[in-house]
Amino acid sequence: MTRAETLLELDRISVAFDGFKAINELSFAIGSAELRAIIGPNGAGKTTMMDIITGKTRADSGQIKYGAHAVDLGQMSESAIAQAGIGRKFQRPTVFENQTVFENLVLALAHDRSPFSVLKYRMGRADRVRIDVLAEEVGLSDHLTRIAGELSHGQKQWLEIGMLLAQEPRLLLVDEPAAGMTPEEREHTTDILVRAAETRAVMVVEHDMEFVRRLNCRVTVLHEGSVLAEGSIDHVMQDRQVIEVYLGR
Amino acid sequence: MERTFLVRNPSILIFIGVLAVVTLGATLLSEGLGVGLLSTSFIKTLGKTLCLCLAALALDLVWGYCGILSLGHFAFFGLGGYMIGMWLMYARTEEIVSASLANAPLPATPLEIREAIGTQIFGVVGGSDIPMMWSFADSLVLQLLLVLLIPGLLAFVFGWLAFRSRVTGVYLSILTQAMTLALSLYLFQNDSGLRGNNGLSGLQNLPGADDIPQALISVWFLWASAVSLAMVYIISTWLMSGKFGSAIRAIRDDENRLRYLGYSVEGYKLVVFVFSAVITAIAGALYYPQAGIVNPAEMAPIASIYLVVWVAIGGRGRLYGAVIGAAFVSLVSSWFTGGQVPDLNLGFYTVKWVDWWLVLLGFGFVLVTLYAPKGLGGLVDMLVRRKEA
Repeated sequence: MTRAETLLELDRISVAFDGFKAINELSFAIGSAELRAIIGPNGAGKTTMMDIITGKTRADSGQIKYGAHAVDLGQMSESAIAQAGIGRKFQRPTVFENQTVFENLVLALAHDRSPFSVLKYRMGRADRVRIDVLAEEVGLSDHLTRIAGELSHGQKQWLEIGMLLAQEPRLLLVDEPAAGMTPEEREHTTDILVRAAETRAVMVVEHDMEFVRRLNCRVTVLHEGSVLAEGSIDHVMQDRQVIEVYLGR
Repeated sequence: MERTFLVRNPSILIFIGVLAVVTLGATLLSEGLGVGLLSTSFIKTLGKTLCLCLAALALDLVWGYCGILSLGHFAFFGLGGYMIGMWLMYARTEEIVSASLANAPLPATPLEIREAIGTQIFGVVGGSDIPMMWSFADSLVLQLLLVLLIPGLLAFVFGWLAFRSRVTGVYLSILTQAMTLALSLYLFQNDSGLRGNNGLSGLQNLPGADDIPQALISVWFLWASAVSLAMVYIISTWLMSGKFGSAIRAIRDDENRLRYLGYSVEGYKLVVFVFSAVITAIAGALYYPQAGIVNPAEMAPIASIYLVVWVAIGGRGRLYGAVIGAAFVSLVSSWFTGGQVPDLNLGFYTVKWVDWWLVLLGFGFVLVTLYAPKGLGGLVDMLVRRKEA
């Protein structure tokens, strides 16, 4: 991959917690319109990797370069990283449960986030249309006026994905989106993610192999904090080391 | 735009209606402007209650909406009182001193007047020099500015340090409590420049208003308190109903989610905290001229905890809830502790309400927490919903 098409690049990142190396010399890159699945056994460093990209955890060494100008994310705050176009979906659905679906989406729309411009904000026609489109996209058109806390588990997951899309991110980090979903809901989620990846980079952490297979994308296998294998799902599943890691425990 | 705002927030009209009826009614029954059915001290109690409602409203903004449980809001309340008290006391003393020196054979020099004022005010703590911090005390405008600036600055510095370090929850509450305790202890010292434990007194006497009876002044302050409460209610409703309010409530519900949406949560907390502190200071600046005296005991931690109890009983997260709670509990409280309630004779034991009121209040707080977490304001919500259904 050449520099121009690479959106995010992790260059020999290491993080240790109390001496335990959660991430060990991890190098990784993702293109600007690419869907990528991240798999790996428990403790492989998948969530820590997302924490590092979003600024929640600081790397001990290594660099994270983002965008055409290769900005170093290691120096930026969580909110600045989010404003730079990196959206994150947590494992457990996290939406603002006491507010309506509509209010949730309005908060996420890509506008200036400083307190005083938010204070002056008036909803225009364009935003209303945008929210309708987003709600349609994630299948919540009929639920805009409902309180988010009343939604089903799957609907909350979609709302959160909808909020991420509303941010108009260039990179979307999605942690176990299919957990706790019914088969139909999974299918819908797959569609949303595949469509989202047509115009932006999407990284999906997932345990469920069937789900990963349906995403039909390049797979990165993490193990003990570094990349063990990379390629199509069939390719990595035949890799001897991968089989050992997954079945040998 | 205005109309839709009022249509979306019908509570404003009801609130202002009730407030206007109470204030007008009290005026018509007062000694100052009405038929004299209500004593001047009752009018003052009413005016003070409205100030406490204003402080409760301000606390509700940070606690009920933003999720920051401040146990130190009376620091701002007291500071507001001190700032206006400095002008009241200085200007009034200056009047008295000038009047008494006017009879002297030689006209007094400005220096003599200044020394006499110093002795008058600070004699009680064994001093006669006017401290630096009283430099602006002869100017009403500047002291009014300080009412906003000093508590605002304290809230800004405190909030900036605490929020930036991501101190949240009970730890933040403890810090706010420590802040008010430290301020109170500092002001208790005689050399703090604010007359130690004596505090500032005689604040009910407005400078230049010697021939105006207290009966009338008390009505003025009642109106000033009511108008301030109404204005802050409207502004707060506006703040909390739009996208800004949505972001503030989002901080309460899940501040990390908001952070990863790209909002600088610390900035928002700081804006709300400082705003709330300034409102509380205004409430204090209106309260203490009606109370007549402000001293460091006012900022003792327990005062701020009462404020929290009022908001909890009234129902946090709804502005009228905070006001209902503060009005109801503080009025009932002054009724019980005023000694007007007949003692309850149980035969083997006589319940003296002056002593037992706190037990009753504590019990009420526990009941509300257990059985009506939305407080008295929640009852209003229920009634409204039943009507609609």
